[in-house]
Amino acid sequence: MSVASVNELRAVPDESPKEVRHKSYLEEGYSIWSWLFTVDHKRIGVLYLVTVFGFFLVGGIAAGLIRLNLLSPSGAILDNDTYNKVFTAHGVVMLFFFLIPSIPGILGNFFVPIMVGAKDMAFPKLNIASWYVWMIGAAFAVWGLLIGGIDTGWTLYPPYSTRSSSASVLPGALGVFISGFSSIMTGLNIIVTIHKMRAPGMTFGRLPLFIWAMYATSLIQLLGTPVVAMAVLLMIIERATGLGIFDPTMGGDPVLFQHLFWFYSHPAVYIMILPGMGVINEVITCFSRKNIFGYKAVAWSSVGIAVVGFLVWAHHMFVAGISYYAALLFSFLSMLVAVPSAIKMFNWTATLYRGKITFEAPMIFALGFMVLFTVGGLTGLYLATLGTDIHLHDTYFVVAHFHFVMVGGMVVGLLAGIHFYWPKMFGVMYSDFWSRFAAVLIIVGYALTFAPQFYLGLHGMPRRYPNYPPEMRVFNVASTAGYFVQGVGFIMVATYLILSLINGKRAGRNPWKATGIEWATESPPVLHNFEKTPVVVCGPYEYPLNVMQTGEKADVR
Amino acid sequence: MSASHGGVLKHHFEDIEQQRSSERIGMWMFLASEVLFFGCVFFAYTYYRYLFPHEFAIASSKLNVAIAFINTLVLLTSSLTITLAIRACQLGQRKALIATLGATVLLGFVFTGFKAYEYAEDWHEQLVPGTRFNEEQFRDVKSPIDPTKEIHVDRIKLFFSFYYAMTGIHMLHLLIGVGVVFYLFARAVYGNLTPERYVAVETTSLYWHLVDVIWLFVMPLLYMAGPHTSLHF
Ligand SMILES: [Cu+2]
Repeated sequence: MSVASVNELRAVPDESPKEVRHKSYLEEGYSIWSWLFTVDHKRIGVLYLVTVFGFFLVGGIAAGLIRLNLLSPSGAILDNDTYNKVFTAHGVVMLFFFLIPSIPGILGNFFVPIMVGAKDMAFPKLNIASWYVWMIGAAFAVWGLLIGGIDTGWTLYPPYSTRSSSASVLPGALGVFISGFSSIMTGLNIIVTIHKMRAPGMTFGRLPLFIWAMYATSLIQLLGTPVVAMAVLLMIIERATGLGIFDPTMGGDPVLFQHLFWFYSHPAVYIMILPGMGVINEVITCFSRKNIFGYKAVAWSSVGIAVVGFLVWAHHMFVAGISYYAALLFSFLSMLVAVPSAIKMFNWTATLYRGKITFEAPMIFALGFMVLFTVGGLTGLYLATLGTDIHLHDTYFVVAHFHFVMVGGMVVGLLAGIHFYWPKMFGVMYSDFWSRFAAVLIIVGYALTFAPQFYLGLHGMPRRYPNYPPEMRVFNVASTAGYFVQGVGFIMVATYLILSLINGKRAGRNPWKATGIEWATESPPVLHNFEKTPVVVCGPYEYPLNVMQTGEKADVR
Repeated sequence: MSASHGGVLKHHFEDIEQQRSSERIGMWMFLASEVLFFGCVFFAYTYYRYLFPHEFAIASSKLNVAIAFINTLVLLTSSLTITLAIRACQLGQRKALIATLGATVLLGFVFTGFKAYEYAEDWHEQLVPGTRFNEEQFRDVKSPIDPTKEIHVDRIKLFFSFYYAMTGIHMLHLLIGVGVVFYLFARAVYGNLTPERYVAVETTSLYWHLVDVIWLFVMPLLYMAGPHTSLHF
């Protein structure tokens, strides 16, 4: 062997110091200002990552207080008034400051430009502005929760919220109102980015399905959020000035508020679930080494969910005195949403069929998502059915249903995404063993927390009550136990993820041997994502052909 | 490449047309969002007008339709001037650009002035529910639609709640528009608004037209819900 070839061999290893390596986005600056004044979509994604999980912790602690209180039939630790404030805090924080900004804020900001092959979002300044607006909204809400608490439930129904409640509803509602603008900004930015910033060859038919899901999500954010903003604004005006817009004693109609509120807040559950579904597409294909089954069906079902999702809101008011025929129609339309959701579920199952499945942590989360979301989705049909809803309305059955969808769906989907993309975001791998262990623990914990609540609801335990008959105690204790199982799982996730930042081993460009365009750049990516503008030659899931979207070999097993 | 466009092209775009169409489509998306924002309050208003046509007709008659009419003309003219500004900017006619943008700002202020006068008048006539409202003036008023109907003064207050909410939010949008157009005006004066940057004028004009169009809905919804037998100033 000649000297030259030995030197060549030395030059080949991936971490060669001699090779001119561009700085990653993490190395562009180290001061706090380089983060706070950044316009880089990746850094904004990381800002969201830190703050969103901060709020998850706050909302999670509130959930813990609720569960602890329900250990005893007469309420274990909180008086009734505080209990109201705690579950409202849980709802407001988890929905407006965790679920809605979670995947769009973290993975949407970080990966939408990369996955369409762009250097940045279309409007980078608007992007960082959205984070600040969100933080201002959050500050208002936290202020409201601290100085007196809000006891209306997250739905803020008048006339209680405008007339009777003595709690600090105003700052909380203002916080919701302001953070809504952040949601609109993010949605707008993502839509324009997908339309205008795609790399050469990145046609709509070659977009990763995560991008399709984010597109549908952004449409809802853009078109739904202004409606709830106006509804909450009218509610704020009524409370602040004594005008009677929703007050029945002054001619107003409180059910109108419910219409306007749910016109947004039902589609908002799709803001929360669609991005999770988007992540699942990426993970399932990668760890079963197969192309997605029915790309077009999955892509359009996202849009279908967004569109039909706007037509079902009144299923929240079946017992609020809406007309019988309206209820009938909305019942039918609500069941219709199950169709595009089921299309996704069947296509994922077909994708798994005869795949070379491996069970890395993201895949365990993705499979958990499929199971938990299916339970949540099917129990939704019970609630969409008029007759059963009369019985189940405002019981723990509803609580269990939407937690299976939101927590079992979106939180698990988010964790799948975080675990899948962590090596790309920070260039390091986390502990394989502990991540698999935590994934199983969290999924089992969820099932244990919320499955007993179906039973409780079916037997008539109302939601938002601080106490219950003693016969129901065993199920409540099981539910609380489940909460702690999850809690342990989350502490594990936080621990090994943080440890991986300190001493995780380098991930390299493509640790999962995936074929999407985002794996064709450095981990962590450079400031402008790609060394030069990528050219896309095929769809995102060409595992059978062993090529990446950029045409390189993917080393698929 | 950026040098060829006078530093207008931002780093993350490939070419200037991509940047321009992104800015355009971004503004259109924002306008779609705004339509839903106002659509929400229009819907709520229309619902109540359908429920309480008599009280809404009485209350609407109290409004000053003459000022609303003049203001409509003012806004339509301002939409013309800002459209001319786009053309002036594209052609690099700086004087015409300054004149048209200045006229737009001025017309915006004229609208605001008239509206402020009208608010003062409403305050004077004690038509502000919650703060300054004289129920006595509606004691013996009959519905112009059906005089036999009983009149509930609370519903008249409801109308005025919507009146202040809708015109107030519209005016806030207009003032933001005035601020942005004034910023463009200042840039034109300093010679910074070159033909390459015409999209800034174009997107601003889109917003301005939207505020205009919203007024074209607010005006008939509020001011034409009841008869106006005498024009007062
Ligand atoms: Cu719903």
